[in-house]
Amino acid sequence: MKVQVISRSTDEFTRERSNDLQRVFRNFDPSLRTQEKAVEYVRALNAAKLDKIFARPFVGAMDGHIDSVSCMAKNLNHLKGIFSGSMDGDIRLWDIASRRTICQFPGHQGAVRGLTASTDGRILVSCGTDCTVRVWNVPLATIMDSDDLSDNSAKESAVYVWKNAFWGVDHQFDGNLFATAGAQVDIWDHNRSQPVNSFEWGKDTVISVRFNPGEPNILATSASDRSIAIYDLRMSSPTSKLIMRTKTNSIAWNPMEPMNFTAANEDCNCYSYDARKLDEAKCVHKDHVSAVMDIDYSPTGREFVTGSYDRTVRIFQYNGGHSREIYHTKRMQRVFCVKFSCDGSYVISGSDDTNLRLWKAKASEQMGVLLPRERKNHEYREAVKNRYKHLPEVKRIVRHKHLPKPIFKASALRRIMGEAERRKDERRRAHSAPGSMPKESIRKKRIVKKEGSLEKEPLKPLISCLKL
Amino acid sequence: MKEGMTRLYNWYEMRSIQYAEQHNVDLQNFKPVKMGVEQEDGSLTKIPPPEEQEFLDEMDIKVKKYLRGGSANLEALRDKKLKGQLAVREELYGKSAKAAVKIEKWLMPSEGGYLEAEGIEKTWRIKQESIAREVDLSSSKNQYDIVLPDLGPYTLDFTSSGRYMAVAGRKGHLAIIDMMNMGLVKELQVRETVRDVTFLHNEVFFAAAQKKYPYIYNRDGTELHCLKEHGSVLKLQFLKNHFLLASINKFGQLHYQDVTTGLMVGNFRTGLGRSDVMQVNPFNGVIALGHSNGSVTMWKPTSGAPMVKMLTHHGPVSALSFHSNGHLMATAGTDKKIKIWDLRKFEVLQTLPGHAKTLDFSQKGLLATSTGSFVQILGDFSGSQNYSRYMTHSIAKGYQIQKVMFRPYEDVLGLGHSMGWSSILIPGSGEPNFDSWVANPFETPKQRREKEVRSLLDKLPPETIMLDPKKIGTLKPRTKRREKRSKEEREAEMEAAVADAKSSVSTKRKTKGRSKPSRRAKKMQEAGERAKRPFLEQQKQEEELSKNKKQKISEQSEQLPKSLQRFVSKKAGS
Repeated sequence: MKVQVISRSTDEFTRERSNDLQRVFRNFDPSLRTQEKAVEYVRALNAAKLDKIFARPFVGAMDGHIDSVSCMAKNLNHLKGIFSGSMDGDIRLWDIASRRTICQFPGHQGAVRGLTASTDGRILVSCGTDCTVRVWNVPLATIMDSDDLSDNSAKESAVYVWKNAFWGVDHQFDGNLFATAGAQVDIWDHNRSQPVNSFEWGKDTVISVRFNPGEPNILATSASDRSIAIYDLRMSSPTSKLIMRTKTNSIAWNPMEPMNFTAANEDCNCYSYDARKLDEAKCVHKDHVSAVMDIDYSPTGREFVTGSYDRTVRIFQYNGGHSREIYHTKRMQRVFCVKFSCDGSYVISGSDDTNLRLWKAKASEQMGVLLPRERKNHEYREAVKNRYKHLPEVKRIVRHKHLPKPIFKASALRRIMGEAERRKDERRRAHSAPGSMPKESIRKKRIVKKEGSLEKEPLKPLISCLKL
Repeated sequence: MKEGMTRLYNWYEMRSIQYAEQHNVDLQNFKPVKMGVEQEDGSLTKIPPPEEQEFLDEMDIKVKKYLRGGSANLEALRDKKLKGQLAVREELYGKSAKAAVKIEKWLMPSEGGYLEAEGIEKTWRIKQESIAREVDLSSSKNQYDIVLPDLGPYTLDFTSSGRYMAVAGRKGHLAIIDMMNMGLVKELQVRETVRDVTFLHNEVFFAAAQKKYPYIYNRDGTELHCLKEHGSVLKLQFLKNHFLLASINKFGQLHYQDVTTGLMVGNFRTGLGRSDVMQVNPFNGVIALGHSNGSVTMWKPTSGAPMVKMLTHHGPVSALSFHSNGHLMATAGTDKKIKIWDLRKFEVLQTLPGHAKTLDFSQKGLLATSTGSFVQILGDFSGSQNYSRYMTHSIAKGYQIQKVMFRPYEDVLGLGHSMGWSSILIPGSGEPNFDSWVANPFETPKQRREKEVRSLLDKLPPETIMLDPKKIGTLKPRTKRREKRSKEEREAEMEAAVADAKSSVSTKRKTKGRSKPSRRAKKMQEAGERAKRPFLEQQKQEEELSKNKKQKISEQSEQLPKSLQRFVSKKAGS
């Protein structure tokens, strides 16, 4: 007879000294865990609810401007600094951590419309409706020790007066060129008082310009003739142009997939395009109920933030048709500019009510240092929520967003209008000859035409200092 | 294509070249490393060494257990994105199952028990005394008899970790015993009949079914609650995941009470008379009741009618037990039969002869049956769910065994009988390795408190009790709605049937006068009408239905004041 029974000595299964950790033994046998699926489901439900309970996205407001904030610029080299320009010509550098102004840049006579910092963070370029481009040296000392409360104000290192008012400016990545948008697109060098290059395509005002983060010589602009144009600085002519039904207010390139960009459009939607293939949008991001004013990508390239004239800030997935998050407060007015912070965990919005507002990028994220066990718990909650997100109860909780009444009503109205349009289209199609009205997807519908510079005569650059 | 655009196209390519340059990878001569044996036709087959092969085979079998069912059929999916995501997920499941198997193979701290006969020995002839001689001292301490002749037949219950035991004597003796050091935690005398005892979610609370009502006590013996709504309860069961205390009383009423909020979740009359056979299926939380007419009914707290009603025995059901995997149920009846049922098909797998007053499945699937003073352990050794005799044991003659219960995570069987309680060793009955987060026999008070909070957070709603708990978290399949045919379609169908019937009327010439044109026309018309009849009947039925509906709506609206009548829903009749 051979016999053995389970025999456990207490010493092997308990800790030796009182300051040791308790011993943990695992057995992953499914039969020990009864109803594990139901337990997981309940956890998913609880995780979804907890997410809503902990959703406190608003961190704080930064006040100081005395007119509406028109533009902002990130300092790529310094995480907690952000520049903002307002309609009265005031430019400020903010310390996000303490939410105070640490430096002011006085000089502009009219509204500041464009603001950008060089990649190394030493030079700030601003432009505005007073037809000037101002180049500033960013006082690095004030960034470092922002503790002294004395009112710092910097002096510009150069002022370039030009022929037309400016609507936007953007600095090249890793170079010393910057582009301004106005009556035409001008390319400037830090050290020259005149544009080194100028592009014009059509007669209308260019309202925004953005350099490509992957290929520093490519830039995209949007103009008030409803066009989006892509330029290559190494060539004398613009590359391609796209005309949509409505104006594009702002453009942001995806920093991780630099061939893609997203355009914030006047028709309440954002359109993601592949710059190589402009004949249809890759994705249409709907949800805003009024014109989208500004857009900025997260440094991860997975999501972007938009600010809209409907007084809300929304966060979208780069490939999601609807927003992941909506931020609004009673006091926030029309949002004119938004930025993702350089670490991707905060969102900053500047609005008509003269304040900059700081939001968390993930509404329910726990701030501060997380212990490893806390982090694991958060990851687990996220995973179960993701696993059961298709089930009606979980979906209902995850999707629910409290909207201000005007936005709720406006979105309902937009839905009705869209539905009516669709119905009308359907009927029209049913009563016309088969094939005479082909179905057009929303990704193509808003595009009026696409032009490449091959089809049209290449324009000579107006001024070309480089060739002198 | 412009130069700039081409560069964008080549962005990824450039990255890879940069990578190659940085890491000195020779891109021209780069080939993936192949493992295995290259055959003549160039195909590649892996030939692992024999012991590794054996291990792989063994692994395949065990991986199945951890995979919890087969993978989804991804080929049928048309959504490429979803397909990719699911494929990744499936791969992760496979990996985690393999990791679990490896952990099971190498990292488990204790080994399971076994009993093997040598030569002409038979396992069922091996006595407890001879087992005691072979096993170590600490294990042989688990064989004992406690004789308390006055306080009459005892019933018992273990906590889920197997650390604590609650015993209840019929004459009012309640005790909690720490099985680790055999210490008495608390003993009390309630001075009235105690029919059953059960632990709640941990050893701090227990419920006892007393003469008139069940009571909840804490470990110190303080009476916390008297559950008057339950009446005089015969049997108590606690559903750990749902925090529900279920009871069946003298009048055959089944009560479910939530012990966290005190809410009475369900109160159902079984309508089948007095029953004191109740067992919860740990797999899905369904409660099974055995009745005196030989039927077993299965209940959930959200419906007043039993989910399952099955005739198991010719005569009263005397005992009932569930296997922990949820597929097997054992029932015993007074018709001298013990039956093992497959709960997936509700079919008898095996019928064994014999009485059993009480039954219990162990964690490893051994079945203890007992009648009088005799205990028999059945085991399934062929792997084909064919239970055969494994061990037997008799306690002192004349002792009537009231309850058998395996102690979780130990090779021990507890027996409550008319003269006290006993404990015997059954090698191979318990799960050798516990999981500290599921049930920990070495739990400290702090861990217990933490676990209490955690299990309260994971408390399941009563709706999660269902026959197939795997349905939770799945979507309801889309049902096709029957299309309503339009009036024209129905008429066309009728016309076709009529024409068909008319054409089938024979035009054979018959005797004089019978195939006159008038007669033939009449015949045709009759055939047509006959063909029409089913259609007309159906139409009539439908009309009547809609008429009833309308009538109902109008009745409803009549009850309302006139100003509100226009708001009555058109669909309200259904």
